[in-house]
Amino acid sequence: MLSRRRCFAAAANRIRPLARAFCDAPASGAPRSQDHSHTEKVAGVKAPPDVLDVAIVGGGMVGLAVACALSNMPLTKHLKIAIIDSNPALKSRGYLDKNSTPDSRVSTVTPATISFFRDIGAWEHVQQQRHAFFGKMQVWDYTGLGYTRYNARDVGKEYLGCVVENKVLCNSLLLRLKEELDDIENVIYPTRLVSLTFPLKSRQAGMKPASSEPLSVGHTTEELHRSNLVKLDLSDGRILYSKLVIGADGSKSNVRQIAGIKTTGWNYPQSAIICTVEHVVENDCAWQRFLPSGPIALLPIGNNFSNIVWTMSPEESLRHKSMSPEEFVKSVNHALDFGYGPHPRSTALDHYMEQFFSGIGNTATSTKECFEVPPKATGVVSERMAFPLSLMHSHDYVSKRLALVGDAAHTVHPLAGQGVNLGFGDAAALAKVIAEGVSVGSDVGDLTLLQRYEKDQKAANVAMTAVLDGFQKMYSVDFGPLNMVRAAAFHGAQYISPLKKSIISYAMGDKKWPLFP
Amino acid sequence: MLSRAFLSSGSPLHGRARIQALLPQWSRYASVASSSVPPQPPPPPPPPPSPPRGPSRSGGVGPTVSSLNPAEVAKFASIAETWWDSSGPFKPLHVMNPTRLSFIRSTLCRHLRRDPNSSKPLEGLKVIDVGCGGGILSEPLARMGATVTAIDAVDKNIKIASIHAASDPTTASIEYCCATAEELVKEKRLFDAVISLEVIEHVANPLEFCESLSALTVPNGATVVSTINRSMRAYATAIVAAEYILRWLPRGTHEWSKLVTPEELVLMLQKASVSVEEMAGFVYNPLSGEWSLSDDISVNYIAFGVKKSEASSTNGREASLS
Repeated sequence: MLSRRRCFAAAANRIRPLARAFCDAPASGAPRSQDHSHTEKVAGVKAPPDVLDVAIVGGGMVGLAVACALSNMPLTKHLKIAIIDSNPALKSRGYLDKNSTPDSRVSTVTPATISFFRDIGAWEHVQQQRHAFFGKMQVWDYTGLGYTRYNARDVGKEYLGCVVENKVLCNSLLLRLKEELDDIENVIYPTRLVSLTFPLKSRQAGMKPASSEPLSVGHTTEELHRSNLVKLDLSDGRILYSKLVIGADGSKSNVRQIAGIKTTGWNYPQSAIICTVEHVVENDCAWQRFLPSGPIALLPIGNNFSNIVWTMSPEESLRHKSMSPEEFVKSVNHALDFGYGPHPRSTALDHYMEQFFSGIGNTATSTKECFEVPPKATGVVSERMAFPLSLMHSHDYVSKRLALVGDAAHTVHPLAGQGVNLGFGDAAALAKVIAEGVSVGSDVGDLTLLQRYEKDQKAANVAMTAVLDGFQKMYSVDFGPLNMVRAAAFHGAQYISPLKKSIISYAMGDKKWPLFP
Repeated sequence: MLSRAFLSSGSPLHGRARIQALLPQWSRYASVASSSVPPQPPPPPPPPPSPPRGPSRSGGVGPTVSSLNPAEVAKFASIAETWWDSSGPFKPLHVMNPTRLSFIRSTLCRHLRRDPNSSKPLEGLKVIDVGCGGGILSEPLARMGATVTAIDAVDKNIKIASIHAASDPTTASIEYCCATAEELVKEKRLFDAVISLEVIEHVANPLEFCESLSALTVPNGATVVSTINRSMRAYATAIVAAEYILRWLPRGTHEWSKLVTPEELVLMLQKASVSVEEMAGFVYNPLSGEWSLSDDISVNYIAFGVKKSEASSTNGREASLS
């Protein structure tokens, strides 16, 4: 009878002392610095180069959001994370001055994003710095054939969104991270990533156990452990090993390129100019007018300031960037007012439509609101910046031990202020999936686990990208019949309350899919 | 014993096995004293070892028997490497794994009063995975903090499992043994939690198997068993659909008459001084390709039992005899 009992406990014993050093990480949120000292204490064992659970490449808004979300949840608090970004802003440790000139780079965060920030505890920091809620929105185009007004009260909410400077968002997340982690200095690596080496496939398929030895002889235990991790080479010469690499390094993602993930997309024949302007009175509404060459948006940023995002052809954008501030202000006011076309005027048809559709659903507040002219800009207070616009979507969001979030995975047209909100959605979904994985003892870099994140997010992101792309194309052609279609669309969105509410909910992030109830 | 064993790793042999070929195999293990039974005549088309036994895994923990058939072992050797290929023949098992673990985690936390929000809720617990196969269950248990011993009757599986576990420091401490539950009982090993998933439907004597599992459990410890229900629905899904239509498992992996109903399992465990406290079913959603926990125990189900403490065990036996 063959009752061979090969106990590999003996072999395991050989590596057990080292194994203890790694797996004795205390379960409940004890400061991570203990781990470092623990490994050093184990006799005769050299402290290895940093071995991490999660390495986040890119410390922008979305990268920091992932780090914050992970350090906020009890299940993932203990994970060793690192943020690799050489941006000096990551050294900041206090609130940014509310009275300084607002930065040109702002984002409109949707209520869904705000509630994510509340969950991870970063919103209270945003509230201590400059931010501007807005409850009204008006969208119209140059033909003067129609307009739509949205009001947060249409869907029973207090605000449609909040405009916050990007640096404020980053800083708030950073401050929250500092609260959660004792040794944030050790978490942030102020360098750049030079290269990534992914583990070889040999661990899975084609594994041949050598005849009688359970482990491959000749490899040290450390080498064995590391051969299963991703190796990150940093520009300052340091080497990190990690179970999972998160690429949060923007649209030109280095991580995505190294991993060889392909993308689909195209450049829009447009660039966007952004800057901050000042008004005489406070602006409390978000304005967007579609012009022949692209939309101009005026977003309140607080304290009588507004942010301008003006999409136009690349040549025009260069011209506008280099013209004098006074000329630019004139140009802006012209574009928002009578430039390119008349104001929409309420005609008998509009009244008729209003009556006709008022019976459907509860009439939204903004259905009755008239067209208003946006406030005049009195001066440009910040530098004007221009950047090209493109659409990009990765074929895969994940691969072995790698996940992409934010702009690294997808970029969209800024016409609806959705870009970074998609990124924050990714951050929340990825953190949730990682927590689920930890709760059932998975390896955080396991591909099947990461694919759940991809499944959750990809379809919704692709839908939003398509919707925005559709709008961009629809508004970029000056063609009589198409103008009529757009006018009809404006009227529909203005007077058909259920449609209006549906649009608002989708844009606010409350609904995952457009049009479906 | 090996016949059970080969079911733990599979090889994609299709269409050659016939149910009849399996019957002599199974009847060999009908009695405890099977060492006196002459080894079976070489099975004509060798019963296909099961690769993606979807829910089933590992095996060979029946009473210790005669010789292992080297031919069978070799067959499994060839496909054993695919254990950890999550898109390979063991894919259904990988997909189902998180669901099983989530049940185990929540029941162990509840009954042993562990913090469910902790990332290592099983810290300090001695757990044994009986019929571990390639270690698909053992590794997550180790990551959850448990001190894991894992046994399987197929040596190849143990080797594969050890190699895979060695590359992660948290799982490198798993004690892998090529052994049967009975052998460990003889050594008087005891564990806080004894887990045996998808094994009982393949052993010769389920009642004795339950006794062994119970003997390995400390009083008030946990015994977790999962298997497939002997119901018409299980016949349609786990056997006909999984084996013949979808070809997830090779034909003959599960013999309907050997499946165990929840009532039988509860009674067997009760006889072995383990009282089943919780039970749940696994349901597969073909549209999303995901498994989830449910109250539906008509096909796959898992039972969580608690070993009676010393004081009440004798009372229990008297009650069951009367």
